[in-house]
Parts: sequence; C-alpha cells; structure tokens
Amino acid sequence: MSETILEVSDLVVEYTTSTEPARAVDHVSFSLARGEFLGIVGESGCGKSTMLFAIAQLLSPPAQLVSGSVIFKGRNMVELSGSALRALRWRDYSVVMQSAMNALNPVKTVAAQFEDAMRAHGQKDRAAIRARSREVMALVSIDAVHLRSFPHQLSGGMRQRVMIAMALLLSPDLIVMDEPTSALDVVAQRSLMVQIKELQRKLGFAIIFVTHDMSLVGHFSDRLAVMYAGKIVEMGPTRPLFAAPQHPYTRGLLDSFPSIHGPKVALSGIPGAPPDLTAMPSGCRFRPRCSAVMPRCAEIEPDLYPSGETRSRCLLFDRRAA
Amino acid sequence: MSMTQDAPLLETAGLTRHFRIGGLFSQRKLHAVDDLDLAIRPREILAVVGESGSGKSTIARLLAKVYEPTAGQIRFRGRPVSSIRARRDLLAYRGAVPMVLQDPFASLNPVHTIGYVLERGLILHQPGLTAAEREAEAVRVLEAVGLSPARQVLAKYPHEMSGGQRQRIGFAQALSYKPSLVLADEPVSMLDVSIRIGVLNLMAQLCAEEGISFLYITHDIASARYVAHRILVMYAGRAVETGPTEAVLREPAHPYTRLLLSAVPDPRAPITLSAADTGEPPRVVDPGEGCRFRQRCPLAIARCAEVTPPLAELAAGHAAACHVTAPAG
Repeated sequence: MSETILEVSDLVVEYTTSTEPARAVDHVSFSLARGEFLGIVGESGCGKSTMLFAIAQLLSPPAQLVSGSVIFKGRNMVELSGSALRALRWRDYSVVMQSAMNALNPVKTVAAQFEDAMRAHGQKDRAAIRARSREVMALVSIDAVHLRSFPHQLSGGMRQRVMIAMALLLSPDLIVMDEPTSALDVVAQRSLMVQIKELQRKLGFAIIFVTHDMSLVGHFSDRLAVMYAGKIVEMGPTRPLFAAPQHPYTRGLLDSFPSIHGPKVALSGIPGAPPDLTAMPSGCRFRPRCSAVMPRCAEIEPDLYPSGETRSRCLLFDRRAA
Repeated sequence: MSMTQDAPLLETAGLTRHFRIGGLFSQRKLHAVDDLDLAIRPREILAVVGESGSGKSTIARLLAKVYEPTAGQIRFRGRPVSSIRARRDLLAYRGAVPMVLQDPFASLNPVHTIGYVLERGLILHQPGLTAAEREAEAVRVLEAVGLSPARQVLAKYPHEMSGGQRQRIGFAQALSYKPSLVLADEPVSMLDVSIRIGVLNLMAQLCAEEGISFLYITHDIASARYVAHRILVMYAGRAVETGPTEAVLREPAHPYTRLLLSAVPDPRAPITLSAADTGEPPRVVDPGEGCRFRQRCPLAIARCAEVTPPLAELAAGHAAACHVTAPAG
C-alpha cells in the first residue's frame, strides 16, 4: 500500500450570487497516493476547475470554501496561513494553468521568472539557479537558449512546456494541472501528454489532471474521477472505467466521442444540458438527461456505490434497495 | 474523377489568399491559403481538417466573400463569384451559401429574441413572404434543427438557451435562407462533448433530408470521419491530401495526415506512445518553394526543399501532395 499524500474530504465550494449561492463543488472526497496520476473529467460548469483551485488554495471571491478539508502531507491546507501556503507552493506542490500566456509574466524572460521562484524559496546562489534552470529546460526538451526568451517569443506548445519546467524547479511531490493542453493542436497535445507521463515516471511526482477531454487523459492516468454538477459520479481505475463504464453519464460521455478506428457507428451523445447550479433537480442530478431513469431517482440522492471495478453515484448499484 | 458524378455546386481553382504583415513598408506576406482547388458537390459534406493556422477558416471566409482572394477563382453553380457586384446578387449568394460561426455565445445578439433574429433574416432573404408566412417558416426551421416546442423558442432570448441550443439557432438561421451550401466553421468546438454529437447528427440529417451541402471546418479528424463524405487535409495553407473520408483514413498517404491520425486521442484504441514530433507550427510567412511539412517530415528528401509537391492522384478521387509517397506522373 503506497503512502497517501493528499486526502480531500467533503469539500464544498460555493459561488456567491445575488440570489441563491451556487454550489459548484458539493461534498467531494478522494485521496491521492504518492506518484499517482489522477484524471478528473467533466463538462464545463461541472466544478472540476473550482475543485482544483480549492485544493491548491487559490480560490478568490465570489468563490468560497464552505466546508471540508484538504490534508496534504499531513497538514490541512484549508487552515494554513498565506505565508505557510507560500512556503509550500512550488516546493511541495505546483500548479500548471490552462493558459500559459496568462500565467507567465510577459515582460520578464523565462530565466528571470525561474529565478524569482527559486529566490522566493531561499535559493540565492546564482550558479545553482542557472544550473537548475538549464536542467528543467532539458527535462521538457527545450533548448536552454530559450531561457533568454520572453513568453511571446515561444510557441503555444513551448509556453506550456516552460510552465511545466517551472513547476518542476523545486521538485514538488504534487503538480495540479488545469487543462494544460486544451489550447494546443492535437499533435502538440499528444506530445505534451507523453512528455508529462515520462517526467512523472522519472521523477515520481503525483498529478491531478483536470480536463474536459476524457479521451485525452485516458491513456495516461492511473485513476479517473468523472464529475457532474459538482459531484463525483464515477471513480475508479482508468482502464476498467473505459472498458466498462458503469454510470449512465460516463457511458453517455464515452459514446460522445466518434472514433477514427473500426466500423463507423451512429452515436447519440447525451440529450439536454447540465443543470443550473442554483436550481438542481431533486434526487439524482443526472436524472433529467438519463436514459436509465427510474421513479426512485427523483426521491433519493444517490451515494457512491461499488459498481464492478469502479464506484458509481447511481441507484442502479444501490444494494440496499434491491 | 468519374464523369457520372454531379457537377460541383461550388469549386475553386488556384484559390490563394495572402496577408501583408509587419509595418507600413513591410514586404512580408503571410500565406494563409495557397493554390487551392476544391470542389463541393450537391448533397455532400466536405470536411476541411487542419490545425490552427493551416488556413481552414480563411477558406470559409473566402467562400463567404468576407475576404477577396489574392489570386484564383471561386465558381458557384458554374458562375464566378468574383463577378457578383450588385447588392441583390450578393444577398442571394449569401442566402445560398450562409455561414455558421464557431462561437454560439458571441454570434447571437443578446438583446433580441430568437423570433426577432429569424424574422430579420427572412425579411432580408425572402422578402416575398407575409408576416404569417415568416412565422410559419421560422417554426419550420426551428423544428428542423430539433428545437421544440418551436413557438416557445421564438420568444426566448439567447441567454435562456444552452450552447448546443444556440448553435442549433445558427443552423436554423442558415436554413431559413433556403441554402444549398452551409459553411460551418468549427461549429462544435466550443460545445461540451456530450452535446457535440447532436449537432453533428443535425448536419448529417440536413444533408440527407434537405439535400444541403456542408463545408465542415474542423481540427478534429474523428468528427470529420463521423459526418463527412470527403475530406481535405490542410497544412500551412496548402492542401496536402484529399479524398473520400474512409479511403484517406484507411490509407493516409501524406506524412502529415499520418501524424495527425496517430495523434488523435481515442479511448478505444490501444496506447501508442510517440513524443518525437512536438507539434511546432510551420512557417507561413514568406515560406518560399518546397513542401512546407519538410522540416517535420520523417520521409523528407532533397527534392522536398526545392519543388513544391503537387496533389497527385493515388486512387479514384484520392490525392496527396508528397514527392515520396505520391510521386507525380
């Protein structure tokens, strides 16, 4: 049994609105082992990015952490002060955002930004800073001459690689990534994913990878969590989850990707649209779009039940009722 | 190509569009589209596939007469589009070849109801209709795109609708002009995955039932396979491969098409790992002679830097522009 480095329990995040608060993350719990690659997939508005921000303690108003705990390496991040968090960031965990162009400082060279991050953590030796900067650039296969480049002089793929290099500077145990490849073309996307996976094998950090593209993360993650309307609806090891998805939403999601292999099959997608976060349907939140809906679904809010090799939030798997 | 096929609805010959970039006296030119020959037949969905910067959106804008070509010609039903001058003729062309845009959140005016939006289009493109006929037509097109009850939808504002529903409004609007060819520029890329298939199915259905042709522009080759009869792969402003969809996917001839296919994420396919090509964008500013894929190409030979490879036919309707895999003549 490998060591748990992150334990998220009953996390609740709400957005303040002029009327009802919108609950974007609703009692999400999971744990992450050292060196594990966890993929979190869901459609826009399902709360996946908000959850990631809550874990990294980067929420800002109107988003508000209502309850729950995030135990990272034995400490509850929710209770840590700003300065304690700053000490952890980059050194123990780092964050790679969707848009590297917005995350990087446009008026500073890559080298200067690397230096800032290392100095903030007490590394004052210039030679050591230079050596480490070259090392992380080599890790992401970018020529060290680009340390002197400004972000706008790099291609989109290179900028994302620079962000990943920066996240690796202080060898953290956890890197959380929010759709880092979604602005890239398919070839660049594929190449970056392969590189992230190779780095993880080599350096052993854990990854939480948030994406809307289930097919992208499917080849790389150890475990997968599928989110819908603020809740995890299915969670389990990646391969079984792809081979035999149990929750009707996961099944619908997988049936929404046309394949380039095999015979051409007609797909139906999922009818309707995700619910408004301020007006959730009673019982199961997927009920209005579900193809396997039962009368009970309107009355009982389902829990996560064992379903084959995964766990699903669906009454089909509720043993007590059967 | 076989002679029994229908005459093309729209075809281009040597279609080229360059953009001058840089300062006032700059001579640098960005080659968005170079020397493109394409043909779209009646009742056909042609997918134009390529990465960002490959020129695919420029093609749609050239065909929609948003841009004028730098060189080359577009013929619609045999008539050169460049000869369209009168406002009435331009309106008729735009009604016959309307465009559906990528972003359903930006393409609808938030202060008007759906009914108002559709009526405005109908007044412009079908001026002969009475108010009652216009309303009946608006209801018909909404039902055709799967939005019901249509009368309720007419009274709605864009913000009351989801992304998928808004994109259907875009198609309803195009449909109300009684088009023969719809230019759909990445119509599903902004939509959630569970909703995309519905919009793709709608395109296939409108093609089959109403006989409308589509130019489907996308970066997603899997969705192109799902709906398109034929496919055109663009790279750095040039067509590198074209043919019947299944033929191109089964036997991709151009190294770029092969790379693209190997990069498509597919949960049902076995894992094949290759990070060799990092997807660096090609040079499209003053690219000069030669194949534009040669710097990334595993098969490149000396000739690739000297002569631009022409599209050479490999099988019926299937052609690729590559000195190595599809040597001309």
